[in-house]
Amino acid sequence: MSQLPTDRRYTKEHEWIKIEGDIATVGITEFAQSELGDVTYVEVPKVGEQLSQGQAFGVVESVKAVSDIYAPVAGEVVEVNDSLADEPETVNASPYEGAWMVKLRLAGPADSPDLLSADEYEQHIAAGGH
Amino acid sequence: MAEPLLFEMSRPERKGVPVPQSDVPEQALPAELCRDSLPLPEVAERDVVKHFTRLSQLNYGIDLGLYPLGSCTMKYNPRINEDAARQPGFAMIHPYQPAETVQGALELLYELQGYLAEISGFDAVTLQPAAGAHGELTGILVVRAYHESRGDSARTKVIVPDSAHGTNPATAAMAGYQVITVPSNARGNVDLEALRKVVGPDTAAMMITNPNTLGLYDEGASELVEIIHEAGGLVYNDGANFNAILGIVKPGEIGFDIMHYNVHKTFSTPHGGGGPGAGPVGVKAHLARFLPTPTVVKDETDAGPTYRLEPVPDSIGKLHAFWGNFGVLVRAYTYIIANGDTGLRAVSEHAVLNANYIRAKLSDVYAVPIDRINMHECLLSGSRQKKLGVRTLDIAKRLIDKGFYPPTVYFPLIIDEALLIEPTETETVETLDSFIAAMREIAREAEEQPEEVKSAPHHTPVRRLDEATAARRPNLRWQPPEQAAD
Repeated sequence: MSQLPTDRRYTKEHEWIKIEGDIATVGITEFAQSELGDVTYVEVPKVGEQLSQGQAFGVVESVKAVSDIYAPVAGEVVEVNDSLADEPETVNASPYEGAWMVKLRLAGPADSPDLLSADEYEQHIAAGGH
Repeated sequence: MAEPLLFEMSRPERKGVPVPQSDVPEQALPAELCRDSLPLPEVAERDVVKHFTRLSQLNYGIDLGLYPLGSCTMKYNPRINEDAARQPGFAMIHPYQPAETVQGALELLYELQGYLAEISGFDAVTLQPAAGAHGELTGILVVRAYHESRGDSARTKVIVPDSAHGTNPATAAMAGYQVITVPSNARGNVDLEALRKVVGPDTAAMMITNPNTLGLYDEGASELVEIIHEAGGLVYNDGANFNAILGIVKPGEIGFDIMHYNVHKTFSTPHGGGGPGAGPVGVKAHLARFLPTPTVVKDETDAGPTYRLEPVPDSIGKLHAFWGNFGVLVRAYTYIIANGDTGLRAVSEHAVLNANYIRAKLSDVYAVPIDRINMHECLLSGSRQKKLGVRTLDIAKRLIDKGFYPPTVYFPLIIDEALLIEPTETETVETLDSFIAAMREIAREAEEQPEEVKSAPHHTPVRRLDEATAARRPNLRWQPPEQAAD
């Protein structure tokens, strides 16, 4: 496993979440993209949608499988990455930067016991967490 | 060598068929319906026949060799089925004929309803649905009709295990239900503790496949049925893997309420050609009044039995024109009577034996994710090979070079680098041995010359296809070169 960015938190479902002020940016991890293989389609929600924590808000489809993406925290969708519709391969090439999926305005505290640190997430993967 | 497209073979003015002179007065079409050009391929009959013959020779089908596609039961289609379906009394009749002129066909449908009910332990069967997924929809519509008939409108959820075929959650969602997924435990059974936490007064049904898609018999099936029934829900059995338990287990006796039969899997009707197919559905007596209408009934008269169609009282409606894909049902009926009760049991015994033989002969070189005696298919994983940089997809592609159709890969989704192998009962031990030898050879290649595997296939008309680009930027139809360049 390559080094995970430490400026963000992770979920057991393989999303990452980066919090700046009251805005949370969400995407999927390097491990998730490597397990999925070549991504062929990404579906993101509409701006203005209210998401509850753990709600499935989008879909990533690859040559192998279709997976839901879950909201790591509750919030309102304020921006979505429209470029993924035309260039889903960005998810494979740049999961942590270019392929951010949504930006949420936090509805509550940014901290949740379900969010993992980079170290904890690495251990979760090493333990065979799928 | 890749075969050119008919469009690429086209030459101006070349014709396949001479069109006769018109012998009726010409009528001008309205101008807005006319176009200037119609770029159809211009080819000679001879070239068309060569083209399609070559394509047919490039095809790989069940009549050419082993087709171990897990969860699909690609068994041999006995030729006697075709002989029966081509009998003029079956092949030349019309659904609008009066019932008294098609008594033989109606008798066959009546008998088949009864045979399927008997084999599976259900009370009533509809033959209308056109395929397995269509049968699932039928079953879930019956679930809805049942709850509605009791004034029970609060049931909004259908539970599926995480090992389910994708059609199960898709069916539930299509029928308007919310899908709840429950995990499997380490033995590959539905996790009953997790199930207990999600069942309740909002549970409409649970859909399970037993044996499941891990190729394992769910050891908690009876308890699972009790949990759902206690909550007031119904249990739907996806019959995709029925080939493993014919003559051994009757799903109706375990307590399942509804089940569909994939006749193209279990009962050897043609498979994978895009249809026509059939996915009959069996139900317990209390659900019979909701089945698609009509059903075939038998009247005993002094002159002997007669058969007729009868409307179903509280039917969910018609699911298919007339009474289903009759020709397919003739084939399934033929298979059932050709095998008989002991023959059908032997089908399942051999299917299970063959799949366990493959697992036992490969378990020292491929990982076995769940170490149990399996049913009619065995689940391996390419996880050891993955550490060498060789993925399951590479193993599948390399099998093509060795002359085999690859098994199902990356399904079920809960198993890393899954290889789901279903040899069926119709293969000889020699065929199984040559498949095992090919799989062992690939395992050795993955260690000694991984590039050979990663760049496979080597011996096919086209090499590895770029599936990602095909999915991202699908090119679905031919266009003239000048338009394609746009």
